[in-house]
Amino acid sequence: MEDQNTNDIMIRASDLTHFYGPQPAIEDVNFGVKRGEILGFLGPNGAGKTTTMRILTGFMPPTEGKVTLADYDVVEQSLEVRKRIGYLPETVPLHTEMQVTSYLKYMGTLRGMPSRQIKRRVGEVIDVCRLEDYHKTIIGKLSKGFRQRVGIAQAILHEPEVLVLDEPTIGIDPIQVVETRRLIQELGKEQTVVLSSHILPEVNMICERVLIIHEGHIVAEDTPGNLAQRLQGVDQLQVEVGGPVQDVLSVLRRVTGVSEVTQRYNQGRNVFVVHVQEGRDLRDEISRAIVSNGWSLLSMQLVSMSLEDIFLRLTTHEEL
Amino acid sequence: MRTIQAVAWKEVQVYFGTPTAYIVGMIFLALTGIVFAFGVVPSENNPFPEATLDTFFTWTSLFLIFLPPALTMRLLAEEQKLGTIELLLTSPVRDWEIIIGKYAASFAFLLAMIALTFYYPILLFIFADPDPGPLYAGYLGLILYGAAALAIGMLTSTITSNQIVALIVGIGVIGALYVVHFSTDIVGGIAAVLISEIGFQAHYEDFGRGVIDTKHIVYFLSVTAVFLFLAIRALEFRRWR
Repeated sequence: MEDQNTNDIMIRASDLTHFYGPQPAIEDVNFGVKRGEILGFLGPNGAGKTTTMRILTGFMPPTEGKVTLADYDVVEQSLEVRKRIGYLPETVPLHTEMQVTSYLKYMGTLRGMPSRQIKRRVGEVIDVCRLEDYHKTIIGKLSKGFRQRVGIAQAILHEPEVLVLDEPTIGIDPIQVVETRRLIQELGKEQTVVLSSHILPEVNMICERVLIIHEGHIVAEDTPGNLAQRLQGVDQLQVEVGGPVQDVLSVLRRVTGVSEVTQRYNQGRNVFVVHVQEGRDLRDEISRAIVSNGWSLLSMQLVSMSLEDIFLRLTTHEEL
Repeated sequence: MRTIQAVAWKEVQVYFGTPTAYIVGMIFLALTGIVFAFGVVPSENNPFPEATLDTFFTWTSLFLIFLPPALTMRLLAEEQKLGTIELLLTSPVRDWEIIIGKYAASFAFLLAMIALTFYYPILLFIFADPDPGPLYAGYLGLILYGAAALAIGMLTSTITSNQIVALIVGIGVIGALYVVHFSTDIVGGIAAVLISEIGFQAHYEDFGRGVIDTKHIVYFLSVTAVFLFLAIRALEFRRWR
C-alpha cells in the first residue's frame, strides 16, 4: 500500500524556500503531484508561481528544500529530471530567427530524441497545435497566439512524463484560449500536468486539484469542487433588515454560531452579511432574533461562495 | 556528442542566416586583403618586396582583437536577453555541452574566414617562390590565437545579457593580452619576463618566423581551455543567482 503510494507520486516538493535578495519569493512550500494529475497553481502575479515552476524544471535550485520528480532529485539528478519534463516558460522565449520546423527539430535533438522520432513527432505536434500553415514561417513573424502554440509544441514534442506550463493562456485571444485549454485537458489524460494561472475559471475548468499560492505561501489546496464546498460550510447569509444599524449588528453578533457580521447599503437598503460557522444553518435563530427585537425582516438569502470569492478572500485579505 | 552537434549546428545556421557574421567576414577579408597587398606589392619604400605573408600575419593579429568577440557576443548574451536560456537550461543538456557546442560553431566560422585568405599564399606560390615553412607556421599561430580570442569572447558573452557589453569587454580583455607585451620595456627584470609570457605577442611572433614551438602551442591551448572553463562555470553560476 505504502509502495503503491510512492509510485503514484510524480513530484514531491518539501519545504521549498527561495530568496531573491533578502525577501523570500516562496517560503516553506510543500506539495505533491500524483502521476497523471492536472495540478493548478493559482495566485496573483508575484505570488511565487513562476519561482516554483523554475525550481521544478531545474532552471534554478531552491535556496532551501528539496524537490523530487519521478524519484529523481531536481538539483542532484537534474539531467534525469530534465529528460522527463516539457516546459513552457511564462513569456514563451523562442529563437525568433528560426523557422518553426527547424526550431522544433533543434529542440528535439536537445532532448536527445532519435532523428526518426523527431521527424514523426514534429509532424504530429504541428498537427496537434494547428501550425500546419505556418511550419515554414520564421518564428519572429508569428503572432503572439501562434508563438504560444509553438511554445506548447516544443513542450510536448518529446512526450515528457511531466508538463510544466507557466501561464499557458496569457496574452492570447479568447478563441485560442479555449483551444489551448482543451488541448491541455487532452494532454492531461496521459501526462502529469502542472500549470499556473492567475485566471480562476481557467484553473477551475482544467485542473483536478488547485493550490492557491499567495505571497510565497500555499494558502489552500483542494479540488476546485471541494474548495467551493469547504467554504460552503462557512456560509454567508445576506439579511435585509429594517432597523437601527448598530443595534442590529450587535444583536446578530450575539447569535451563537455567527462568526462575523458586516453591514452595507445596497440601493438604499440595509443589507447585513452574516458569516456563519462551518456546517450550521442559523436561518431560524437569526430570523427569530430580528423579529423579537421588533425589526422587520425584509429578506434573507443563503450565499455560498464561489472559488472566485475564496480567491479574493485568500489573496486580497490584506486590502479588505 | 549529439547535443553538442545540435547546439553547434544551430549556431552555424544562424551565422550563415544572419548578416552580422557576413559583415564580420567581409571586414576581415577587406582588411587582410589590404595588408597582404601592402606587404607584397612593390612601392617606393619597398621596391623589392619578399614573397612572404609577414605583414599579413602581423596585422591580422591586430584584427583578431576585434573580430572574434564580434562572432561570439551573440552566442549566450542573446539567449539570456530573449529568455531562451530558460528552455536551454531546462533541456537535458549539460552546461559544458552548451558552451563547447556554441564555441565550436564560432570556431568553425573563424576557420572558414581564415580559409578564405588562403588565396594570398596561393598567389604567392603562383607568382613567386615563397618559403612554405613560415606560411604553415603562421597560419597555425593565427588559428591558435583566434581560438584563444574566441574563448575569451565566450566568457564575456556568458556573463552578460547585453551583446554590446560582451563585445566591448571581450575586446578589452583580448586587447590587454595583446598590448601587455609593450609594457615590458618600462618594467624590466623578472616582471618583464612574466608579463611578456602572459601576453599574446611573445607567443605569436615565433609562428610568423616559421618556428613551431610546443611551448607556444601549449600557451594558446591553455588560454583557450581556461576561458572556456570559466565560461562553463559562469553558466553554472547563472543558475544559482
